[in-house]
Amino acid sequence: MNFVIPSFAPAIPEMVLLALISILLIADTIWSKRFQFATYYATQISLLVVAFLIFTSFSLEQVITFDGSFVRDSFSDVLKLFTIVVSMGVFFFSREYLMQQKFYSGEFFVLGLFSVLGMFVMISAHNMITMYLGLEIMSLAIYAMIALRKDSAHALEAALKYFVLGALATGMLLYGFSMIYGATGSITFPEIAKIISEGNADSTVLAFGVVFVVIGLAFKLGAVPFHMWVPDVYQGSPTGVTLFLGTAPKIAAFAMLYRLLAEGMPNLVHDWQQLIIMLSILSMVVGAIVAIVQTNLKRMLAYSGIGHMGFLLLGVIAATPEGYAASMFYVVVYAMTGVAGFGMIVALSRTGNEFDLIENFKGLNARNPWLALMMMIIMFSMAGIPPFIGFWAKIIVIEEVVQAGFTWIAVVAVIAAVISAFYYLKVVKAMYFDQPDDTTKLEPVSSNLAVGVSTAALLLLVLGVMPSSMIEMFFLSLSAT
Amino acid sequence: MLTGFPILSTLIWLPIIGGLLVLFAGRSNPALAKWLSLATVGLTFILSLQLWTGFDLTTAAMQFEEKVPWIPMYNVNYHLGVDGLSMPLILLTTFTQVLVIASAWDVIKERVEQYMGAFLIMGGIMVGVFAALDSILFYVFWEALLIPMFIVIGKWGGKRRVYATLKFFLYTFLGSVFMLVAFLYMYYKSGSFSILDFQAMHIGMTAQIFIFLAFLVAFAVKIPMFPVHTWLPDAHVEAPTAGSVVLAAIMLKMGGYGFVRFSLPITPDASMTLDWLVIGLSLIAIVYIGIVALAQTDMKKLVAYSSISHMGFVTLGLFLVYDIIQNTGSMQGAQLGMEGAMVQMISHGFISGAMFLAIGVLYDRMHTREISAYGGVVNTMPWFVMFAVLFSMANVGLPGTSGFVGEFMVILAAFKANIWYGVLAATTLIIGAGYTLWMVKRVFFGAVANENVEKLEDLNKREFAIMTTLAIFVIALGVYPGPLIEVMHTSVEQLLVQATTSKL
Repeated sequence: MNFVIPSFAPAIPEMVLLALISILLIADTIWSKRFQFATYYATQISLLVVAFLIFTSFSLEQVITFDGSFVRDSFSDVLKLFTIVVSMGVFFFSREYLMQQKFYSGEFFVLGLFSVLGMFVMISAHNMITMYLGLEIMSLAIYAMIALRKDSAHALEAALKYFVLGALATGMLLYGFSMIYGATGSITFPEIAKIISEGNADSTVLAFGVVFVVIGLAFKLGAVPFHMWVPDVYQGSPTGVTLFLGTAPKIAAFAMLYRLLAEGMPNLVHDWQQLIIMLSILSMVVGAIVAIVQTNLKRMLAYSGIGHMGFLLLGVIAATPEGYAASMFYVVVYAMTGVAGFGMIVALSRTGNEFDLIENFKGLNARNPWLALMMMIIMFSMAGIPPFIGFWAKIIVIEEVVQAGFTWIAVVAVIAAVISAFYYLKVVKAMYFDQPDDTTKLEPVSSNLAVGVSTAALLLLVLGVMPSSMIEMFFLSLSAT
Repeated sequence: MLTGFPILSTLIWLPIIGGLLVLFAGRSNPALAKWLSLATVGLTFILSLQLWTGFDLTTAAMQFEEKVPWIPMYNVNYHLGVDGLSMPLILLTTFTQVLVIASAWDVIKERVEQYMGAFLIMGGIMVGVFAALDSILFYVFWEALLIPMFIVIGKWGGKRRVYATLKFFLYTFLGSVFMLVAFLYMYYKSGSFSILDFQAMHIGMTAQIFIFLAFLVAFAVKIPMFPVHTWLPDAHVEAPTAGSVVLAAIMLKMGGYGFVRFSLPITPDASMTLDWLVIGLSLIAIVYIGIVALAQTDMKKLVAYSSISHMGFVTLGLFLVYDIIQNTGSMQGAQLGMEGAMVQMISHGFISGAMFLAIGVLYDRMHTREISAYGGVVNTMPWFVMFAVLFSMANVGLPGTSGFVGEFMVILAAFKANIWYGVLAATTLIIGAGYTLWMVKRVFFGAVANENVEKLEDLNKREFAIMTTLAIFVIALGVYPGPLIEVMHTSVEQLLVQATTSKL
């Protein structure tokens, strides 16, 4: 076998990102003493550069390189662009948070960039090894980010929990990979699909492989019954990190789901569809019911996130390009809403007061009517009430599941949506109808943060009124592949 | 007429934009907020009169249509239009908005700009509900309405307002999501979200039954019908006066409108098969809820229950048509019932609005709605009592008031369908008279009950103007309902054809 130099062109954004991270890693140690925020700005600029590279070389054509282990297509480009948008939002709020809580350090952003790189690799993975590599790059960086707050026992506990359970999930996933490899003799997704469709694979081993892969995916998404880590990790992590781990990695996890199930095993749809239906319904129902009793907003949002993962899976149940596009839209909308929601907590938190209890929000309308209005928009968008973007995300995945002939699942989904509306309303109730416990004047929110939160929230409204072009973009990116 | 001025969009967006302006501009200046609000609703009302003057009575087709693609991917359009069924309801909405703003003028002291802004936004959304011809657009307006109402009840309501507003929100939300699934199912079958396409498409019987039930849940909660009515007394009692007015005068009508726009034309066969269900529930509402109203000690609650009972006539009149046609074969008799139901909706809009405003007048002075706290109000507020008694009589259905016309038409139709329906429906004339007049006696007449009543001041000019306007409408519609019925006539005729043509 001759060694052929592969085409590097499709992976240029990843390579540039890696190069920039390496430079930053060294530079941070040098300049951090003199220019406090240099690493932060450099991080944002790096992301912009990468976004520019992706944007200018965008094409609807699929290119595969590195001997079939890396793929670049419109699906990956769109998801990467949105990963960058979400991450930039996250870093914006994180910096403010780290400053407030006085543990700002440049490493946070370098680790964040590493994590983004891992997501990119996952999104573009074309075989199981690349997928695993991307997943580990992403996860290891996040474990470290949670543990950055060395003085907080909660944060360390969260980091450890996330690490152990993450390792368990990866173990499951790898076990599933090995079985699929054993049954098909291939690690590349299209080849696996081809061998399965030809009927040359041992179906028992394959079935086991599918089950383990789906379990691994469910762990990463945080779908019931593999969701136990989510609330603890969300609550324990510093808000600035929760913001990150609750948003961008979900996009990557969805990409992993798509690559593995839709590209790797489309012929086994009847096997994994059953599993996904169960995961989806359980997640929606458990997420909706358990969130009701939460008093900690971060924990409530964790359960709400579990519920959202259930909705996301609805489009995957449909198992059509339109269904995947709907899920893709859902996950991006979820990530954007998550940034806005956690961003609001960051905006209101102060040294010594994390502002993460629902009771902290009591009487917010009296203390800061503008932020209360923004929070209301975020909550109603999460609940899926029009005219906010969350409504379109929900209606489209439900529409796809109806198209696939599962009207009863749609009925379960809308009932779950009604139940979950209750706890979002609880927050609105606290802000608008309750008297504040704390009558001290709210410290003014820095204009930087106020603008950031308002932009994020108003985006939910504007996109909700004009959702057409965004939805179309997702459909196009998937129908091209 | 098709290409002219986008009047419907204006009626929707003018109040919404005005509401946002009030919200931001009025924060430091309550007087500005009030005047800006009044200007907005006044202008909206005047503009909405164009619908009346420019309306073509000879056609049942949609008029003043506007259609712009919204989400081409899913064939969702920004599609508006009105016919004889929706046009009167839009006018009722824009008219009520003026009263609502006027009635809150010096009553609301806390966060005036948020209150006024919420009502203005609500006004635009309500017009949107009645004008939407695309089911998704309809749903967006239908749901979006919950947000401002949720805030209004929860923030400016009475003691148990938080409980009431959560109940209101979740009840209506639960009802409407089933409707959404029905829309999505029909889109899956037809490839279109247009309400007119839904009305034209063929649907199998099983599917029709499910769609009908989904609609029934959505609209029955809104109207509300027994046994899903329990949110209404809570919401009404706890809402501020203007909130009650909007709830009773307009939001309840959305349920009735839903039946004529969706249930009857889209699922005629299921409507025929299940008409006994709706008729049964309507009769229970008319009789049982009427009796419940007798037992109330809170004036607002009494009027709330009376609303439920009166809305029973709307559903009864709409679903009687199948029995009438079966028994007598007379299309005219069926049309009588339907038109009666439509007239009842409009008339109830005025009367219930007037009743709640009247109670609001008392509440503003005494801060209690308990019947037992009053007595002999006529001695101190003679002008007020004159109006209040007029509205009470209209609520009873006294000939010469608008309350009589609709009820009488429906009762007449009920006798054609089945003598027992007629008898049961007619009992409302007794029960309704019972609870209303008993309240009138206890609150308004008799000796002055206590010193608080003695200190009451009669209507001021603003209140007098509001009451007079309403009184004029209540009497005018009662004496000469011709123009209203004329506007609806062609559309009701078409609706009847749609409702009785099988789609299997």
